[in-house]
Amino acid sequence: MSERDILDLVWIVPALPLLGAAVLILFGKRIGEPVAGWIATGLMGLAFAWSIVTFVAMTNLPADARGNVVNIFTWLPAGALHVDMGFFADPLSVTWIMLVTGVGSLIHLYSIGYMHGDSRFSRFFAYLNLFAASMLILVLGSSFLVTFLGWEGVGLCSYLLVSFWFERNAAAVAGKKAFVTNRVGDVGFLLAMFLIFASYRTLDYAALAPGAKFVSSGTATAIALLLLAAAVGKSAQFPLHLWLPDAMEGPTPVSALIHAATMVTAGVFLLCRAHAFLDVSGDAATVVAWVGGITALLAGTVAVMQPDIKRVLAYSTVSQLGYMFLAVGIGAYTAAVFMVVCHAFYKGCLFLGAGSVIHGSHDNQDMRIMGRLRKFLPFTAFGMIVAWLAIAGIPPLAGFFAKDEIITQAFLADDYGLWIVALVSAVFTGFYMTRLVFLTFYGNERWHAAGEESADATHLGVDDPDSDASPTVSYGDPVRFPAAEHAPHESPWPMVLPILVLAGLAVAGGFLNMPFTTTKWFDDWLEPSFRGVSVTDPSSFVQGFVLEAVSVVLALGGILVAFRLYRRGLVDPSGEPLDAKLGAVAPLLGNAYYYDHTVSRVVDGPGRALATWLDRVVDTKIIDGAVNGVGVLVKRTASALGHVQNGLVRRYALGIALGTVALLLYLVVRAG
Amino acid sequence: MTITSTYYLVLAAAIFTIGAVGLLIRRNVIVMFMCVELMLNAVNLTFVSFARELNDVRGQVLVFFTLVVAAAEVAVGLGIIVAIFRRRRGATADDLDLLRDGAP
Repeated sequence: MSERDILDLVWIVPALPLLGAAVLILFGKRIGEPVAGWIATGLMGLAFAWSIVTFVAMTNLPADARGNVVNIFTWLPAGALHVDMGFFADPLSVTWIMLVTGVGSLIHLYSIGYMHGDSRFSRFFAYLNLFAASMLILVLGSSFLVTFLGWEGVGLCSYLLVSFWFERNAAAVAGKKAFVTNRVGDVGFLLAMFLIFASYRTLDYAALAPGAKFVSSGTATAIALLLLAAAVGKSAQFPLHLWLPDAMEGPTPVSALIHAATMVTAGVFLLCRAHAFLDVSGDAATVVAWVGGITALLAGTVAVMQPDIKRVLAYSTVSQLGYMFLAVGIGAYTAAVFMVVCHAFYKGCLFLGAGSVIHGSHDNQDMRIMGRLRKFLPFTAFGMIVAWLAIAGIPPLAGFFAKDEIITQAFLADDYGLWIVALVSAVFTGFYMTRLVFLTFYGNERWHAAGEESADATHLGVDDPDSDASPTVSYGDPVRFPAAEHAPHESPWPMVLPILVLAGLAVAGGFLNMPFTTTKWFDDWLEPSFRGVSVTDPSSFVQGFVLEAVSVVLALGGILVAFRLYRRGLVDPSGEPLDAKLGAVAPLLGNAYYYDHTVSRVVDGPGRALATWLDRVVDTKIIDGAVNGVGVLVKRTASALGHVQNGLVRRYALGIALGTVALLLYLVVRAG
Repeated sequence: MTITSTYYLVLAAAIFTIGAVGLLIRRNVIVMFMCVELMLNAVNLTFVSFARELNDVRGQVLVFFTLVVAAAEVAVGLGIIVAIFRRRRGATADDLDLLRDGAP
């Protein structure tokens, strides 16, 4: 079997989890726990193995021959619009499938432990498999439409999984929010596809890549901005970021899957795939970069004040995705993809660790009542501490190489505004991650049951399984001490193992692309996918070194400030020291600049009024009126014409005769 | 006096007109039926005249077709008329308006 034949078989990668989803949806109940989980995990593992085979086959090919399209069947043979169900294997998509299947199978394994005892155990794994399959179709699609298929599949699965515990109202609402917010972005995707088809008469990536250079820059800008709208929705960038923090209502493995391997990186992927348009249109690229920069900064500041361990990580993801968009915007595509990979490692580790912490402390997500958990969850603590140093950008961990590459590139692109924004965001990253780690694993123990002195504290039964109270804690919520004493405990090995593996990757991942000319393996590997994109290297080793040093020093500064504040934990769980330090700014950050409130207000007030008006006036009067009007018109015309049919055969004969005469006259006149 | 085809054609036109007018103004179904036959035969006469005039045998061939179809039509038509007579003592065309708009 030649390398090409193996690349032709790349469809096996999405087919395996799709098969798993089908089997588990049909027979899941009968298969039951834990076999259903092992089936799903095993298929993901096989898909990962096949991705590795694909990767090896691709590395054996010369760099120029590393793009391979295989068409499975004709999907839409509609005249000029001819779309094949095809898969496109190139370094970009193969990077992504290894990431999705690799991190995905670890998360599957973890879920076996995390979802133990859930009444819809096998359903959960069916959705997980479907989620992974959708993401794989998204990245492997040979045209925008196939990518869109996966894109919508990912949106659907995020809805199913975020609202997996739909008995809780908050979870059901969060699922709907994720779904609807994503639809807003999808409008951009659809319009972009229409525009691309109108300009190029094709949606295939392979056919588009050379053509994008010849389109006018106005069209390219429009296409790029519409694609940006789609990416902003999927990747939770400002102004459509508001679904991601709410998506924390889903089970924690889902959060890990959404944040690390699938879903949110889809936006970055789309922009990388369609980079030809950004190359042509400098304006659109600038917009992309600034959307990313603003998001990175704002989300970073918001994460600082969140009391909920998962919400901190959610805003952290939004912020880190901002870096990736920034990188895409300044044309540093390989840096963006490298960041995606490294982020998947450490953020996957952090989320799985957070899940382990929540699992081990009886569904408590409130960091204010954690503390000193490293004694009780040593492996989880080890993994999360490694990931913390990685995300903060401490050399030589993955986050350092990934993030500093982007910050350096921003400087080298002569965009000092973006450079400063990225640096400031790095300070915040260091701060909030340190806060998270110290509140959770160090300091004083605050998870004991409420004693006599705080007997009047609200007992809202955090560990009451029948309670439908959401475990998510928002800023400003009162501290709810557990009603009964539970010592935290370490999680079983299926949960600990993925954390440790991901922690190891978070250490080693950075070495894939070190900022020295001879060791940029990752850049070289991705080069065929970004042909013609020039990357600026630091003019000298000293310049590069100074740039990296600046960002490391700033990140260390953020870490130090947080260390000083939270080293001893919280003396009083309800007394957040930042509240006093920041004063009036604290509630602003804690409530995420009231953005969510404002949007809800607008949608509920003018938005609802507009919808009601549309329903009453446009829908009933104009649309229904048009439909009913056609009916009435036909009816009236028919009853008027009905008189002609009087049953008198001689009249009919007269009609025929007159008609014949008229026809003859016409012919004679015309002939004459 | 030579009898040219014009005479035949004029005669055929006259017969056709008699048939057409008869069909439109008479109410008796049998008479209307005979008028149809008149029109058919007028057309036959035209065919034969032109066949002779143009020295083309295809006109005469068509007449045979017309005759065959007319014979079949007579059989069906008379059958219908007999059936109507059996049901309703009389065959006035204007009474047969069951297919009008709003008929019971």
